[in-house]
Amino acid sequence: MSPLTHKLLRDLWRMKGQAIAIGLVIAMGVMLQVMMSGLVTTLEGTRDAYYDRYRLTDVFAPVTRAPAHLVASLGQIDGVARVQDRVVGAALVDIPDRAAPVQAQAVSLPADGAAALNATYLSAGRMPDPARPDEILLVEGFAKAHGLAPGDTLVATLNGTRRALSIAGLAQSPEFLYIAAPGEMVPDDSRFGVIWMGRDAMAALFDMGGAFNEALFALTREANKPAVLAEIDRILDPYGGRGAYGVEDQYSNQFVSEEIRGLKGSSNTVPPLFLAVAAFLLYIVIGRMVQSEREEIGLLKAFGYTNAEVGAHYLKLVLIIATGGALLGCLLGIAGGRGMVQLYLQYFKFPFLLFRLDPASFAIGVMASILAASGGGLLVLRRVFALTPADAMHPPAPADYSRSGRIGQGIANLLDQPSRMVLRRITRQPVRMAGAMIGIACGMALSGSMLSTFIAFEDTLDTTFTVIDRSDLTISFAGPVQRAALHEIATREGVWQIEPVRFVPAILRNGRHTHRGSIQGQPTDASLSRAIDTNKQAIPMREDGLILSTTLAAKLEIRAGDTVTVEVRDGRRPTLALPVAAIADSFFGTPAFIELGALNRALKEPGRVTGAYLRIDPGKRDEITQWLKGLPMVAGVSIKAEAETAFRKVMNEGAGSSRYVMGVLAFVITYGIVYNAARIAHAERARDLASLRVLGFTKGEAAFVLLGELAVITLVALPIGTLLGHGLSQLIMAAFSTDIYTITLGFEPSAYGNAALVVLSAALVSGLLVKRDLDRADLISALKTRE
Amino acid sequence: MSEPAFRTTDLTKTYGEGDGAVHALRGVDLEIPAGEVVVLLGPSGSGKSTLLNILGGLDRASTGEALYKGQDITAMTDRQLTRYRRAHVGFVFQFYNLMPSLTARENVELVTEIADDPMAADEALHLVGLNERIDHFPAQLSGGEQQRVAIARAVAKQPQVLFCDEPTGALDSTTGRKVLKVLTEVNAKLGTTVLIVTHAAATADLAHRVIHFADGRIRDVITNKTRKTAEEIHW
Ligand SMILES: Nc1ncnc2c1ncn2[C@@H]1O[C@H](COP(=O)(O)OP(=O)(O)OP(=O)(O)O)[C@@H](O)[C@H]1O
Ligand SMILES: [Mg+2]
Repeated sequence: MSPLTHKLLRDLWRMKGQAIAIGLVIAMGVMLQVMMSGLVTTLEGTRDAYYDRYRLTDVFAPVTRAPAHLVASLGQIDGVARVQDRVVGAALVDIPDRAAPVQAQAVSLPADGAAALNATYLSAGRMPDPARPDEILLVEGFAKAHGLAPGDTLVATLNGTRRALSIAGLAQSPEFLYIAAPGEMVPDDSRFGVIWMGRDAMAALFDMGGAFNEALFALTREANKPAVLAEIDRILDPYGGRGAYGVEDQYSNQFVSEEIRGLKGSSNTVPPLFLAVAAFLLYIVIGRMVQSEREEIGLLKAFGYTNAEVGAHYLKLVLIIATGGALLGCLLGIAGGRGMVQLYLQYFKFPFLLFRLDPASFAIGVMASILAASGGGLLVLRRVFALTPADAMHPPAPADYSRSGRIGQGIANLLDQPSRMVLRRITRQPVRMAGAMIGIACGMALSGSMLSTFIAFEDTLDTTFTVIDRSDLTISFAGPVQRAALHEIATREGVWQIEPVRFVPAILRNGRHTHRGSIQGQPTDASLSRAIDTNKQAIPMREDGLILSTTLAAKLEIRAGDTVTVEVRDGRRPTLALPVAAIADSFFGTPAFIELGALNRALKEPGRVTGAYLRIDPGKRDEITQWLKGLPMVAGVSIKAEAETAFRKVMNEGAGSSRYVMGVLAFVITYGIVYNAARIAHAERARDLASLRVLGFTKGEAAFVLLGELAVITLVALPIGTLLGHGLSQLIMAAFSTDIYTITLGFEPSAYGNAALVVLSAALVSGLLVKRDLDRADLISALKTRE
Repeated sequence: MSEPAFRTTDLTKTYGEGDGAVHALRGVDLEIPAGEVVVLLGPSGSGKSTLLNILGGLDRASTGEALYKGQDITAMTDRQLTRYRRAHVGFVFQFYNLMPSLTARENVELVTEIADDPMAADEALHLVGLNERIDHFPAQLSGGEQQRVAIARAVAKQPQVLFCDEPTGALDSTTGRKVLKVLTEVNAKLGTTVLIVTHAAATADLAHRVIHFADGRIRDVITNKTRKTAEEIHW
């Protein structure tokens, strides 16, 4: 083995603590990159494969009642590859442990065996026997939530008929990965079920003999979707077509895709930020490390080693650390990615998994490490190479004594000698100190911004469920009813306040931007469900225009004062041009508000409502809920507490859950950065400190010189890290926001207070570790070496 | 007579500028014939190390010319200087400058590795009387032992020129004599030109030529008619 190789290995061994700390920092950056991109690639791939294998429909066309013979003409439409009709309907399911029945959707299974479109995946039991109309498939999530299994009996009310149904099997379907009760934004397995039953049984129950009420379409590759949708609408219109829509507007797919998109958004933003910080740190640390080898570099050059040979030697050293860290990061990323995928698999309910990695993420991670390390190393090597070997072999003369020396002189005179040494080092090596300081500030920023993000999630929940929605219950009616019908509910004992609302399905358009959703009409002074401004103050409903949520306004690229086209998909289906009166802060969904009276006037349907918000006596909640569900006009009752729980689940198990992993990594990086700063300062000063000891300074005084420097740098880094972190947190929160929820937060002092504690504790631990080394140091050998 | 190993003309070296400038060399004219042992004497701070560094291609002169076998060192590019040091020059530094992470043997191998016709590292270490401690690290060696490793490292490559900055500074006279013997033997056997800087005036007796240095200039040059052997020197 060549002596340079010996030197390489021994140097690595000597600086192992620091090498590991540096390697870990870059490993964390690479790990997050590999893990998150692998997660996104896997989820996207699995979703697509699932949709493909179970033939999720391209287009859904609900209709009131269309004759079966129409299927043939629907199949003739240019661009349609396949049509399938079915019968769907609402059901209420009795759950033994529940006061009130739970809503469900009933879907027909094809009469002639396997479904050509929207197939089901049988996860337990068997398919229902076509000869037995009481046999059903039950969606797995719902069955699990209520402890139901094949063989159990379920009592359900379908179109007014009570039936005892036998569960033949449990199923999953790409169509119902996520299910939410009507009028609810957040999916909840326990509060909404899906039942599949035979076509004939469904037709009998819902009076659909020789007819269907939903058509499913697979399109050809070349199909012009808008044209196909228009043609379907034209054909179904006479039969009460409720507007064909593409799979991109289907609730479950929208939710899944939005969750994956959210995950992708945060994985495209946050890991690169982490990696950038880690790479920047690597750059600084490697630079300082090579700088401290300056005298050896000069010596090698004195022997006649060429710049290329010396450079190669030191590049090997730094690249072993950098690529070692990066490869560790890749391995951890693969392992972490697998773990995360398992978690998300449960959340997304995919029946199978195609684990995939994103090769680009490995390349990016490893390249970033190599570039940062060799960049930091080469920059310093170039500077050292510019010196004559004679100069390089001598310790560098401290920078300008006169300048900084005089400024600090007044202060310095007041200090004892060790304090003066700390002050001098900081004032005389401003570039090096600034590098260390910015490194620690970056660590502080990462931790602070992640902690801010945690708080922002809580804040979003809090604002949504205490400021925007102040009701206890939300009821939705089967269709528009007269407002007078609310009287009965309002006068019920325990109901403290009731506020009407009318949801109208609508397509909102601004130029080429389209949003399929609904607009909600509320009284001017609505107080249970409110639109709020950025200061969390209520915005009164307007008669002269819509109040759009920030998310919707952003989606439509529209501002207050502009006009939006509203195609109402209900009643006489008018197309309205409404001005945007105001923009409301919303963290959840994409609501569009208007004053209730104005909405009804526009629809020429005065006095209609589709639901109501209620404030009730909490002690009577169960009783009132049960009573409400028994009312014929009531289609659903949603308890806010349950909705909040479901929302929290989405935030903590969906795309948002990666924030915890990122938070942990941020702490590890912060610790690594601070520890590195301490280690390097120690390496640079070991000899000076030994000399101090020899001159008669105590261990404490010598340690003070080193740790004092670390303390000053750390303290200066805190405010700078706070500023950086605030900027970073805005980016991170935007990355975590999805169409489903928005995460925003102003400056949150407690996040940075806690981040400061993380940094300070890291500084304390690192300081103690370094001090231990200092105390153990063998004075003589410290003085002998590094001549 | 053949071409001298070194010839300098009005060589100066100034550190810094303005009021704080230090004139380490103030115009040195010098000729060192190839194959001689030359001893450089002079008070501390007179510029001896500076001159050695420039002749050895470790540092650059401010003005003037320094020729090695007719080639101007002061005009060489960094690359040429590197080749010059690698091919022709051996150094013993005033402060030893051993690699702390390499053992005594490995420190020698560091140089033989890139030399054209080196002797074995162990052989060089035997030459300076270091037999047992060759697998020790510098931090485990005494100052004198470190210095002997440094000398072994310099002679091991069998260079054409050997620069020794106070090679016996940390040694007792017995060991010192041993080291000087090695240096004169290298000179005699290989024809290596040897430049020794020392504060031990007695060393001058074994030189072909003695240069007295003061205040950045040559005060005088004495050619010894008779030379003593290393064993005959006392200090
Ligand atoms: N890098 C430097 N910057 C400024 N001045 C220097 C530098 N190196 C040497 N000097 C100065 O140049 C002068 C000559 O130094 P040099 O090291 O050549 O002396 P020397 O004769 O070898 O002394 P000694 O016998 O003490 O080793 C001294 O005054 C020294 O202070
Ligand atoms: Mg000297």
